[in-house]
Amino acid sequence: MALRVDDISYEYEKGTAMSVHALAHVSVNIPDGQFIGLVGHTGSGKSTFVQMLNGLLKPSEGHIYWNDQDIHADGFDRKKLRADVGLVFQYPEHQLFEQDVISDVMFGPRNLGFSEEECRKRAEKALRSSGLSEEFWKQSPFDLSGGQQRRAAIAGVLAMQPKVLILDEPTAGLDPRGRDEILDMVRGMKQQLHMTILLVSHSMDDVAEYADRIIVMNDAKILMDGSPKEVFARYKELEAVGLSAPQMVYIMQYLRECGLPVRTDILTVDEAAEEILRHRGELHVQ
Amino acid sequence: MEMVRAEGLIHDYITRDEEGNVSGTVRAVDGVDLHVQLGQFIAVLGHNGSGKSTLAKHINALLYPTGGTVWLDGMDTQDESRLWNIRQEAGMIFQNPDNQIIGQVVEEDVGFGPENMGVPTKEIWQRVEEALKAVGMWEFRKKSPNRLSGGQKQRVSIAGVIAMHPKCIVMDEPTAMLDPGGRREVIRAARALNEVEKITIILITHHMEEAIYADHIYVMDQGKIALQGTPREVFSHVEQMQELHLDVPKVTLLAHELGKRGLKLPAGILTKEELAAALGLSAAREEHTSASGALNAGQEQ
Repeated sequence: MALRVDDISYEYEKGTAMSVHALAHVSVNIPDGQFIGLVGHTGSGKSTFVQMLNGLLKPSEGHIYWNDQDIHADGFDRKKLRADVGLVFQYPEHQLFEQDVISDVMFGPRNLGFSEEECRKRAEKALRSSGLSEEFWKQSPFDLSGGQQRRAAIAGVLAMQPKVLILDEPTAGLDPRGRDEILDMVRGMKQQLHMTILLVSHSMDDVAEYADRIIVMNDAKILMDGSPKEVFARYKELEAVGLSAPQMVYIMQYLRECGLPVRTDILTVDEAAEEILRHRGELHVQ
Repeated sequence: MEMVRAEGLIHDYITRDEEGNVSGTVRAVDGVDLHVQLGQFIAVLGHNGSGKSTLAKHINALLYPTGGTVWLDGMDTQDESRLWNIRQEAGMIFQNPDNQIIGQVVEEDVGFGPENMGVPTKEIWQRVEEALKAVGMWEFRKKSPNRLSGGQKQRVSIAGVIAMHPKCIVMDEPTAMLDPGGRREVIRAARALNEVEKITIILITHHMEEAIYADHIYVMDQGKIALQGTPREVFSHVEQMQELHLDVPKVTLLAHELGKRGLKLPAGILTKEELAAALGLSAAREEHTSASGALNAGQEQ
């Protein structure tokens, strides 16, 4: 169930004086089961790109293939595609609208034409995966806290049982605990439901911790595509395009400049602590 | 001189049922005392729903106390005759830059505040120039705001507040919607206003790295001040901060981890330079500050 993007370009306001290239010759393969972090400064083309993947926008040039079928070919079932490739927009809780949480989550599968019973089954499963306990299901979504609302909104996309789940900054505006809860939930869902995850984020620490592959966009193009360690080793280039590396990279880099020969391709606190302790003999702690 | 003082501040939100009848109250701020001196840089931390934003809205009289009193520069915020002085002295910046910009052109947007206050035209343009220069946006003065990046828009919003010549700016999560570059720009602008223009800054944030430069940090939980002190004092309570759904800066966490694994370091290490010193390393040369130093705040937490 792979997505393949082949040399796509997209221009907003094509043919006018305001024409802007939002994507220029982008090619990428998204095989099954990866957890991908997509980063890039505001306006780098990330949002345009993810809207291409489930057919919300059509490329001006190039092709997108889902299971080797061109999604813009005649007769391709794009409604099914939107269920298979689920997109959670930024601040998805703004899109909650139903009387109670469960009806809101059932809206997607209902739209796909499933029976009432199937819709309910899917909604319950999705709510469980998103960690929203049963006591909330009959409540108005507007009585939930911000973090709970966001879970309900994500459940609405999960209920369509996507194979690929795209989340556009799912932790924006949440406190650190809320952020960890949402990202742990996404990781758990990936493992349980064998989904592919595409996480759009401005937090380098988050993608370093959760993703196994990072795609960096800049100026409508893909600038880097590799493992977190590979990508963050090029932190100077990332800074030049308005991004940064995880804090640990800067800390280890600095310790190295101070003469402690530590590795600098380190992304998490645990790894960093171990690496520093490996050089314990060279430290002079009072 | 005291810029902001709150004593026993209480705020209740009234909840209503579907017919609009009062069904109860929710206490968002519960007995808060604040003492902010003119020219200080203050950070307010707290998880979602802890009462931070409600507290912020009391500082320039967007909300009135249910109990207790708030004074801005000595003016009681409930004194209606002083309302416009209060709003002029304490400006506010919100999370979403797109909701705060109204002008078609950057310089017009910045001029809107002073124009509204009845400042003479010639002086408006002087103020616009000062304000845009203070946030490094002067060269964009003729641009349309919707062609700017998030960080640039947020700096224009800040310029709009500065043009009203406030003594104090309250920033409610001004970087929450920005990319790392935008976050660096905004924090750099806030720190410069504080250091150069001596404007009092009250920064509400979820990014702990942005708080390490504050003179004083208030940590809120359930409407109360749960913890306060200098950044070093506050962030040395790693476990308590985690219980409050918050983080500490990554370097503080690393030092704490090393401590748990038997390497005894002083509590509350806030920068990588302090960590290196605590590890007995000699400081590296200065040239690496681009990625660090002053701008650490703009990076990820």
